[in-house]
Amino acid sequence: MNPTMEWIVSAGRAALIWLVQLQLIPILIWFERKVSAYMQDRTGPNRAHILGIRLAGVIHNIADVLKLFFKEDVTPPGVRKFYYLLAPFMAMMIALMTFAVIPFADTLKLGSLEIPMQVFSHNVGMLWIFAIGSFGIFGIVFAGWGANSKFSLLGGIRSSAQLISYELTLSLSVIGLIMIFGTLQLNEIVRGQGGLLFGFLPMWGIVLQPLGAVLFITSVIAETNRNPFDLPEAESEIVGYHVEYSSVKFALFFMAEYVNIVVASGVMTSLFFGGYGIPFLPTEKLIEHAQPVLLGFLAAHVILPAILLVPCRRWSKRLKQLYTDARRIEADFLSAVLVLMALGGLGGIAFFSLNPLSGYGPNIVAAIVQFATFSAKLTFFGFFFVWVRWTLPRFRYDQLMDLGWKLMLPLSLVNIFITGLVLLLVDSLK
Amino acid sequence: MKVASPKLTFWEKLYLFEVLKGMGVTLGHFWKNLFNQSAMPTVQFPEEPNPLPVRHRSRHRLTVRENGDPKCVACMCCETACPARCIHIVAEESPINAIEKRAKVFEIDLLRCVFCGYCVEACPEDAIRMDTDDVLVVGDRREDFIVDLKWLLHGGDFLERRRERAETAPVQGEPITPPTTPEEDQGWPEGTPYHRPKLPAGWQTNAKNV
Ligand code: SF4
Ligand code: SF4
Repeated sequence: MNPTMEWIVSAGRAALIWLVQLQLIPILIWFERKVSAYMQDRTGPNRAHILGIRLAGVIHNIADVLKLFFKEDVTPPGVRKFYYLLAPFMAMMIALMTFAVIPFADTLKLGSLEIPMQVFSHNVGMLWIFAIGSFGIFGIVFAGWGANSKFSLLGGIRSSAQLISYELTLSLSVIGLIMIFGTLQLNEIVRGQGGLLFGFLPMWGIVLQPLGAVLFITSVIAETNRNPFDLPEAESEIVGYHVEYSSVKFALFFMAEYVNIVVASGVMTSLFFGGYGIPFLPTEKLIEHAQPVLLGFLAAHVILPAILLVPCRRWSKRLKQLYTDARRIEADFLSAVLVLMALGGLGGIAFFSLNPLSGYGPNIVAAIVQFATFSAKLTFFGFFFVWVRWTLPRFRYDQLMDLGWKLMLPLSLVNIFITGLVLLLVDSLK
Repeated sequence: MKVASPKLTFWEKLYLFEVLKGMGVTLGHFWKNLFNQSAMPTVQFPEEPNPLPVRHRSRHRLTVRENGDPKCVACMCCETACPARCIHIVAEESPINAIEKRAKVFEIDLLRCVFCGYCVEACPEDAIRMDTDDVLVVGDRREDFIVDLKWLLHGGDFLERRRERAETAPVQGEPITPPTTPEEDQGWPEGTPYHRPKLPAGWQTNAKNV
């Protein structure tokens, strides 16, 4: 591959991952609203619409973004301008950068050409996540200190104390996993998880390291400032570090939180839940059986819309009873989309059964299927974050510190110790 | 004050299983509501009417005589009784001999009104009522809420709306016969059953007059 090509391919991967991250922000915000509503027996947002299409509240995100952009952007007098302006961009940029080492599919082999499906494929892997991830504190500190307000300074200090405490556990809890797989390269770790334990259990990180997984998930929630550890923001009770920000600058902080969730889900998926891997179907087998997998994938595209069509038609009837305005047509519109999807799936099945995959086809199909798996897992863990947030009450500050320093840190050390022992035992048995 | 903290068992102290239990509860609610949305207690307000209690007080109206003139004789009783001082009346001589005065200006500032209903009680002529069922008055500026004589006489097609509401309301128990003529529309008789949506089990209250 000549340098220009390489450059283009890298840029393409970066753009893809960047888009995935930004795409997930509105989806997560929508989850946050709608899922929390259903958990609390409410209906949630269902008013904003474009030509009557409401998409169960997704359109509210667009309204929100418009609102945030057209709000007055106040810079309070007396701020330390440079740091004040730098902070939101720091927060957002660092959140986006961390995702670079997470593999979203196995290395794509096209003949002699090998394209790693990871923006930054290097064997520092995990270290990159920790190194760049801990830079996130700078966004908070700059925001707290740069705003030159006592409240935001206090908020910033509180947040950095929390982040630093939980970063220790975060890094220590994955050491066990690194010991088992013997590599920092995330793609290798994900490949390693494709194997089977005792011949039937997928070797996912959560199976090998249950304690490590629990510690990691807990501290990653603390790292992303989410409930039950959302003391940095705690928008309803105490004042956080971004109190002096408004309009787009506030929106950047807000979005950075969601990007952080995406990153955390990505790391969680890659380390403990098999990453892009499908259980019992490692990459080599996937490429071998690409044809049936592809057909199954397309069949799902037909069956799922077909099933969804039933409630959609029922809903359409109800809408026509309830409303006289543009909202009447919403269910019809969605049914049309579903029918189109099903037809597309059928067309795909017809096409690919007549022209079986050949050449590089299987490799590309495998990459796409793995990418889809990864996205599905990513979305699920996004949901998981929302789910945790709307279930658990917030910790008090002293409880937070107690949990971090007196319980989770020792436990993560114990975890390393036990992992070492077991590894030694297994080695001596061989 | 000393608060005795409850004794926790070992499994509860681990916290992890309690967290999982809690997440099970929220997921259960999520699942239930996702697949059975109509069972949710939310009322989609402007489209689905929210039931009003029998003796509620809503936006005012002025009643009329048979010939269409307002019944009001500009006696200022309501203006005097109003605790919010939001009624403003200017009287003028009535062209009809039997009636001394009538209102030239009759304004109510709905933003100042506290909907106490004293004006209705004070009126000797049954000229002002608060039975329009109109709980939505929309405006962009404060002046929009200072309503005048014309508006109070004709503002809102409350009769039609009341009829429509009685027809489309989610009925529980006996429905109300909607009024069809102005004579019939003498207000709701006391004890009329009113519409109330079916609440899910566990939401039922003992409140008599919701
Ligand atoms: S309801 Fe009460 S406050 Fe309102 S106009 Fe009548 S007397 Fe005044
Ligand atoms: S009390 Fe009745 S009659 Fe007297 S001014 Fe008020 S509305 Fe008119």
